[in-house]
Amino acid sequence: MPTPKTLFDKLWDAHVVVPETAEAPAVLYIDLHLVHEVTSPQAFTELQARGLKPRRPDRTKATLDHSTPTLPAGADGRLPYASTQSEAQVEALRRNCAEHGIELFDLGDARRGIVHVVAPELGLTQPGLTIVCGDSHTSTHGAFGALAFGIGSSEVGHVLATQCLLQRKPKSLAITIDGPLGPGVSAKDVVLHVIGQIGVNGGTGHVIEFRGSTVRAMSMEQRMTVCNMAIEAGARAGLVAPDATTFDWLANTPRAPQDEAFDEAVGHWLELASDPDAVFDREVHIDARAIRPTLTWGTHPGTAIAVDQRVPAPTDSAEAKAQAYMGLAAGAPIAGTPVDVVFVGSCTNGRLSDLRDVARVLDGRHVHPRVRMLVVPGSEQVKREAEAEGIDAIVRAAGAEWREPGCSMCIAMNGDLVAPGQLAVSTSNRNFEGRQGPGARTLLASALTAAACAVAGAVADVRELEAATEAA
Amino acid sequence: MSTAIRSIRSASMVLAQANIDTDRIIPARFLSTTTRTGLGKHAFADWRKKSDGSEDPDFVFNLPENVGRAILIAGRNFGCGSSREHAPWALTDAGLRAVISSQVADIFRANALKNGLVPVVLDEDVVQGLMQRPDDELEIDIAAGELRTPSGAVHVFPLDAFARTCLLEGVDELGYLLARDADITRYESSRTPEFRHGL
Ligand code: SF4
Repeated sequence: MPTPKTLFDKLWDAHVVVPETAEAPAVLYIDLHLVHEVTSPQAFTELQARGLKPRRPDRTKATLDHSTPTLPAGADGRLPYASTQSEAQVEALRRNCAEHGIELFDLGDARRGIVHVVAPELGLTQPGLTIVCGDSHTSTHGAFGALAFGIGSSEVGHVLATQCLLQRKPKSLAITIDGPLGPGVSAKDVVLHVIGQIGVNGGTGHVIEFRGSTVRAMSMEQRMTVCNMAIEAGARAGLVAPDATTFDWLANTPRAPQDEAFDEAVGHWLELASDPDAVFDREVHIDARAIRPTLTWGTHPGTAIAVDQRVPAPTDSAEAKAQAYMGLAAGAPIAGTPVDVVFVGSCTNGRLSDLRDVARVLDGRHVHPRVRMLVVPGSEQVKREAEAEGIDAIVRAAGAEWREPGCSMCIAMNGDLVAPGQLAVSTSNRNFEGRQGPGARTLLASALTAAACAVAGAVADVRELEAATEAA
Repeated sequence: MSTAIRSIRSASMVLAQANIDTDRIIPARFLSTTTRTGLGKHAFADWRKKSDGSEDPDFVFNLPENVGRAILIAGRNFGCGSSREHAPWALTDAGLRAVISSQVADIFRANALKNGLVPVVLDEDVVQGLMQRPDDELEIDIAAGELRTPSGAVHVFPLDAFARTCLLEGVDELGYLLARDADITRYESSRTPEFRHGL
């Protein structure tokens, strides 16, 4: 009998070019290399310095997202870049892609957007592939049953030049989530809850496979939200085994195999599941019934509490420092905390279903006068589809800003900033000190919760808001 | 090609906080660069400067006795967050050669090793002990995988055999991969159909 394998084992084994030994890591083949403007210029420079060319430009796809403005061009036709350096980064990627024949989803291209939003919507992200990008949230693509992880700029150079990486095999961690989700509870609440349970280093050294009835019932967008934040638990990658939900998504994408080739591919993809007797290095079980709308109170994503809970007493000096930074008092209910900014977007929650959630809450309501709310679609496609449904009109009518696609306030390097001291409720993935701008304070939440907070002008429970509407 | 490192001898700087993320080490507004150099002055930018923009004299990097120190001792889970290699670029540009912590995040560790910044992972109680004596000259011996203190204590730290060779001999990973070209070509031509379709 062959040894039972986990999904991760299968993906790993299929990509080993040279097996690992005590002396050297494995040489692992990379099927798809995604590139953006911030972490690639140094890698292209390195190639040039060594007189090298990309080995597989056909397996390399580039997009512009981090440094790009989310405001349209001004009267002079120029985009409002945050700095000349940002514009130079964009120019550098254009030049590098043109020189090496790499497909670039440039500004003005209907396919452009956040790298982790566009590859799945084009069908570039497929089950069974290895996918890397100089970006930690590459874990997102694991939602399709691909082994996907973030790499540094030196490694971007390695993959450009050789299509391979030197890697030691990580350990495996199964997180099984079972049970139905309650009203107002989304995938974001699930993953914040999971990180709250296992900690921000709970997945370090591991690839997480998310399993269980809750995960099986999730849409692809929800699965992407969960895998996106696997890195916030320290994990190397997140995975969900592909199933009919995955294949339905891919069937509607231009870059997936088409027609007969698609059916054939599905036959192979169906084998991408952990064998029933496969052994994981670690296992964790989560009861989804216990999950309520969840936010963070601190300066890392593991500081998760339900919206109806109180800010906990700090257990060490770091937590005390975090609470002081956040301006939150131990013992105070998190609900009711005044909010200055609400940001909806990012590769975690900038997809169509998230914008539909926002529209559902904002329809017929108004953003609180204290609040500045930005809604930033994750890609041009998301923007188009949302506008076709009238979501932009609902967002604008509610008093929020409807922006051009990009990373925006998630990383705050394009000029979209939370001002020092302001408190933001964000659908992004990191609440680190200063992540959304120097001195900015961030509470992470779902799109539903973020929209409810925007209306209330304070941290609010979307379940109460929606119950009140039903009663009215 | 990185240069060979056999050992590091230095007193330390201490950041006794867990979960120091890469946004802390180098905030995103400094990532709009297309080179690897010159990031040292921005390392821990938001901690080393006060809100009025002046240097905070109390921050460890700014203390006169810490000038030239090459070892940082930090709380658990150092380098979590983003994959930006700008983090080790900033730290090495600021003169650091090693980071001691009870846990170092995966991507940061890989990035650090590629830039000659040695992650020294030790038990939390050992790290706590070292934090109490930042002025001690520590010796990090790469070949032995040992950290030695002036009092004669020897702490063994894990170092992957390949990483050790790369540090000791200045082996360049890209050169190593390029030398596997025949294996890579063989792999590409032997792929099973499900991985062969275009993108
Ligand atoms: S949206 Fe945020 S997390 Fe996602 S790729 Fe952009 S900066 Fe990174």
